[in-house]
Amino acid sequence: MIRVRGLQKHYRVQKRPPGMAAAVKALFKREYTWVKAVDGIDFDIKPGERVGFLGPNGAGKTTTLKMLSGLLHPTAGEVDVAGHVPRKREVALLKKIMLVMGQKQQLLWDLPPAETFELNRAIYEVPRAEYQQRLDELVSLLELGDLITKPTRQLSLGERMKCELAAALVHGPKVLFLDEPTIGLDVSMQVVMRDFIRRYNERHGATLILTSHYMDDVAALCPRVIVIDKGQLSFDGSLDSLVQRVRPEKRVTLRFSQPVKKEDVAALGTVVTHEPAEAVIQVPQDAVNAAVGRALQSLPVQDLNVENPPLEEVMSELFSRSRAAREVGEAAA
Amino acid sequence: MRRLLKAIPTMLQVGFAEAVAYRAEMIIWVLATTMPLIMLMVWTAVAEAGPVPSVSGRTWESGSFVAYFLVAFIVRQLISSWAAWEINYEVRQGTLSMRLLRPVHPVLMYLVQNLVYLPLRAVVTAPVVVILLFSPGAAHLEKHWATWLVFAASLAGGWMINFFANIAIGALSFTMESSVKIMDVWIAAFFVFSGYLFPLDLFPPWLREVAAWLPFRYQLGLPVELATGVHSLPEALALLARQWAWAAAFLVGSLSLWRVGVRRFQAYGG
Repeated sequence: MIRVRGLQKHYRVQKRPPGMAAAVKALFKREYTWVKAVDGIDFDIKPGERVGFLGPNGAGKTTTLKMLSGLLHPTAGEVDVAGHVPRKREVALLKKIMLVMGQKQQLLWDLPPAETFELNRAIYEVPRAEYQQRLDELVSLLELGDLITKPTRQLSLGERMKCELAAALVHGPKVLFLDEPTIGLDVSMQVVMRDFIRRYNERHGATLILTSHYMDDVAALCPRVIVIDKGQLSFDGSLDSLVQRVRPEKRVTLRFSQPVKKEDVAALGTVVTHEPAEAVIQVPQDAVNAAVGRALQSLPVQDLNVENPPLEEVMSELFSRSRAAREVGEAAA
Repeated sequence: MRRLLKAIPTMLQVGFAEAVAYRAEMIIWVLATTMPLIMLMVWTAVAEAGPVPSVSGRTWESGSFVAYFLVAFIVRQLISSWAAWEINYEVRQGTLSMRLLRPVHPVLMYLVQNLVYLPLRAVVTAPVVVILLFSPGAAHLEKHWATWLVFAASLAGGWMINFFANIAIGALSFTMESSVKIMDVWIAAFFVFSGYLFPLDLFPPWLREVAAWLPFRYQLGLPVELATGVHSLPEALALLARQWAWAAAFLVGSLSLWRVGVRRFQAYGG
């Protein structure tokens, strides 16, 4: 469904230090610097896949999505989305895709969302019966009710985002790019959005690419993740294998029936947190069974839980490692 | 094309609903374009002291100024466009992305959004038309029905020049930050060379010649001249042809600028 080869996007950005002298100098001579927002990435995505783009701020995730949806012209490389070259913005492609940006809206601000839905129906040439059926489905799944007849400006952020998503799906896109779709939403609304997105993918077989800073979004929705950092692809695989690669340890949470000293817990593995009644330790994956056995034998364990380290920590470590590697490389150069 | 024609009624209907939602804002814009009414007061006061002769040999009386400036006010309302500001804002904010994702050319969307205000503007200008018909200016209006048809066509031509000039200047936002300042310069030139502030007939000959070669006269001055009976029918048709040539040039030029500019769109912001 999506094929990307050697994709690059380089920007020329004006560089000017602060101050009057620099402002005057810039009148006569401007200095520019090149920013490599995306610097040669390759990947393929099959129809119906759900893929998460991960990376720190400024990594190139959104730039990649914008090139895939035809908003930005690549500096170099090849992109094929559903058999089309996105930068040509052919009508046939635009009818198959949609980009939902959590920080940009397509809903008409002073009109009810129903007007935007109707406008999209006409623009995307959705037959009336099909439109009604799809709208009924969206209203029911997203629990929109009478929200669609209230002016957009009177809706809460969460209500607006649900309507944004519905507006984006009126034409039944086969490829859905979601850029921070849950940004700013409360936890319960994030869950509603995730559930809906997963159900949409399962029902309609739509290909889905998601960027989000909320790791729960990625964990709940994306069996496959692509990590982009400084415009380059640093990982492409399952979320589990990413966690294994970055943090090949497991976290064991122990709850005690009697107070336990830190030294006793430390004998089992690296102590992450410790309180007399509860401790969290980190142990290598192949030592989990032994550590759990020892804990059960030697400590008054009431309850225990084994899980992967939190995704936020995994990502934070991954990004700090790549930053460190870059700094070493730059120093060597 | 058939696809677009089917979508246009809904685009117009939704656009009109939006225009109605912004009616108060529109009335404020109309109030901001009352310069011809101020100039009307100034020039009728001048004409009270005695008719104002022009170099072309025409004599401007109080009634001719009433007709000229009331028609100028009406024409200004009916040729209005503000797409340049909208494009500039959307390019800088990155919200143009949402338009570019839709399978309709963004210029067509701006066109519809500007056109839907016409019925509302017509309502606002209706009282001015009534005042004109019962004022001393009525005697100075064109008498020949065929010229009124040319006037109607010239309104469309004036609107197109104005709209596509807006698109062209708006498209400069893709490559420069200060395209709105260019619009300010454009409007300043429009004020002088379109006949908006003074009838071009009162200009010295060399300045009239300059104005004849610029597009501004064809935005506003020509429709006003046609409505106030300055031109014979053959002259009117020749000037209309020149106006539509300008409109075609702005159409082609603005779409070319758009095509080149959109490649440089940076879609700022998340």
